[in-house]
Amino acid sequence: MSTVAGPSAPAGSDERLLRTSPLRKLLGRPELGSVVGAAAVFIFFSIVADSFLRASSLGTVLYAASTIGIMAAPVALLMIGGEFDLSAGVLVTSSALISSMFSYQMTANVWVGVLVSLLVTLAIGAFNGFMLTRTKLPSFIITLGTFLMLTGLNLGFTKLISGTVSTKSIADMEGFDSARQVFASQWTIGGVELKVTILWWAVLVAIATWILLRTRFGNWIFAVGGESDAARAVGVPVIRTRIGLYLGVAFAAWVSGQHLLFSFDVVQSGEGVGNELIYIIAAVIGGCLITGGYGSAIGSAVGAFIFGMTSKGIVYAEWNPDWFKFFLGAMLLLATLLNAWVRKRAEATK
Amino acid sequence: MTAPQAPADRETSHRALVELDNVSKFYGNIKALTDVSLEVHAGEISCVLGDNGAGKSTLIKIIAGLHRHDAGTFLIEGEETTLANPRDALDRGIATVYQDLAVVPLMPVWRNFFLGSEPTTGAGPFKRLDVRLMRETTRSELLRMGIDLRDVDQPIGTLSGGERQCVAIARAVYFGAKVLVLDEPTAALGVKQSGVVLKYVAAARDAGLGVVLITHNPHHAYLVGDRFVLLKRGAMSGSHTRASITLDELTRQMAGGSELEELSHELERAPGPTHLGGHPVADDPR
Repeated sequence: MSTVAGPSAPAGSDERLLRTSPLRKLLGRPELGSVVGAAAVFIFFSIVADSFLRASSLGTVLYAASTIGIMAAPVALLMIGGEFDLSAGVLVTSSALISSMFSYQMTANVWVGVLVSLLVTLAIGAFNGFMLTRTKLPSFIITLGTFLMLTGLNLGFTKLISGTVSTKSIADMEGFDSARQVFASQWTIGGVELKVTILWWAVLVAIATWILLRTRFGNWIFAVGGESDAARAVGVPVIRTRIGLYLGVAFAAWVSGQHLLFSFDVVQSGEGVGNELIYIIAAVIGGCLITGGYGSAIGSAVGAFIFGMTSKGIVYAEWNPDWFKFFLGAMLLLATLLNAWVRKRAEATK
Repeated sequence: MTAPQAPADRETSHRALVELDNVSKFYGNIKALTDVSLEVHAGEISCVLGDNGAGKSTLIKIIAGLHRHDAGTFLIEGEETTLANPRDALDRGIATVYQDLAVVPLMPVWRNFFLGSEPTTGAGPFKRLDVRLMRETTRSELLRMGIDLRDVDQPIGTLSGGERQCVAIARAVYFGAKVLVLDEPTAALGVKQSGVVLKYVAAARDAGLGVVLITHNPHHAYLVGDRFVLLKRGAMSGSHTRASITLDELTRQMAGGSELEELSHELERAPGPTHLGGHPVADDPR
């Protein structure tokens, strides 16, 4: 299509879009930085660790990625909505503890505990959202408070009830096997051991992407994170959107928590601390803007995959795992710089 | 769900679409607005003029549903009202375009255009945004207002200030607003872009909307306005129809007589536009 500069512009045609090449479209995607990063990490570990490319390693890497990715997807949505959730890491543990202890103390079918846990976990998410929208304090402070309170409650209640820092085993209880099927089963496909969390991860990322890009709620998430006053002024239910986002994080925490419980049969009450930052890191590496209004759920999945490759790659390379945090930090900085650069270019060339 | 275009059966009686009668607003012990009255009629432009701090923003926030008035009456089509929130105002046909918070800069134009009133297709869990309709409508509605966008996918932040205002106005018109409230639409714009925006304001009026134009520029107001309300330090300092006031008189009242005379002396001595520091006060007739 030859386009000579001219004022004629028939309606509906894209004649002036001549210069928007597919490459430029690609550069405008929020995930781009993370995909480049993932490729670099993959090549790096393929070279330095011989066993990294084995099929069995893939299962291990994907599993590590999925445990982070399940949480990173809703955390990414929350960040696009302009908020943080520092309580997400320990909420996973809380969810597992509630499920385990309720079933054990009530000698109920474990599914009852699982459902009670879902309700309580969602209630904690709603509490975060409610406090945030009610007090208008920064989510950093609100969820830092919830984080500390949950950390204390997890340890306190567990010690009070079972006398130690871990829960009693529920492996011999009714419903345990079927719950394990749902939350912690695994298959072997072509010699690769795949855990069910990978499936949960894929489903959650798909749903999160659908919500974000193709529903009204998704449009509101972008708007609330991008410019909440403008969103409110055109009638977007800002409060409902924010609370909904915290409920999403709580739901994923419930899924992760049940996996934690049913992949073993006991829960350590001190677990989960620090994971909230890893979820945020995965979301940021995946292209989420820390100030909100921009990002993607698929990016969070790539971020989680980078996390999985790095944490397991270091093991396969037979290095001291102490180096892992350094790698993660370096990755975060590089990815953020790359994302910022890519976004600037994408906007400048419009 | 399709939004109606300007309905044909709009009431043409003399009843005002929106009428404020001696409305006041207090923030604690501060009187932000005292006894302000304003009428907005279909197919007319009511201008609210005042310098910074005169109470224009407070007035606009009451009409838009962001704040509630504390005294006086607020009538919408003859019915006394207190608006609970901006959604409430929108549902009653009052759309407000804010100077700085009209749009979400990082979002594509088409997502901005439909923000808060997104059309959906499908049912149940497959209910989704009607993306095709959204894009096509955005393109055609903007084209109808004379804005020819290259790409409705570009972040709206990449448009110029005037274009953004126009998108916001086009949006309000498309969604069937009866009353369009514009908060300083020309304040941050150059002379040429101001002209473009004023053209759309007039187009909205011609489509039968009642327009409230908030500005501190009497020249812009007089170009399009039918009624003029002057605010000073939170109170009304004058209320005129177009027939009862000239531009000179409006400018004089706006600036305050003696201050204006001083200003005009200064202007005489400094004929170059450099004196104005490039600030877009003027469509001045020089």
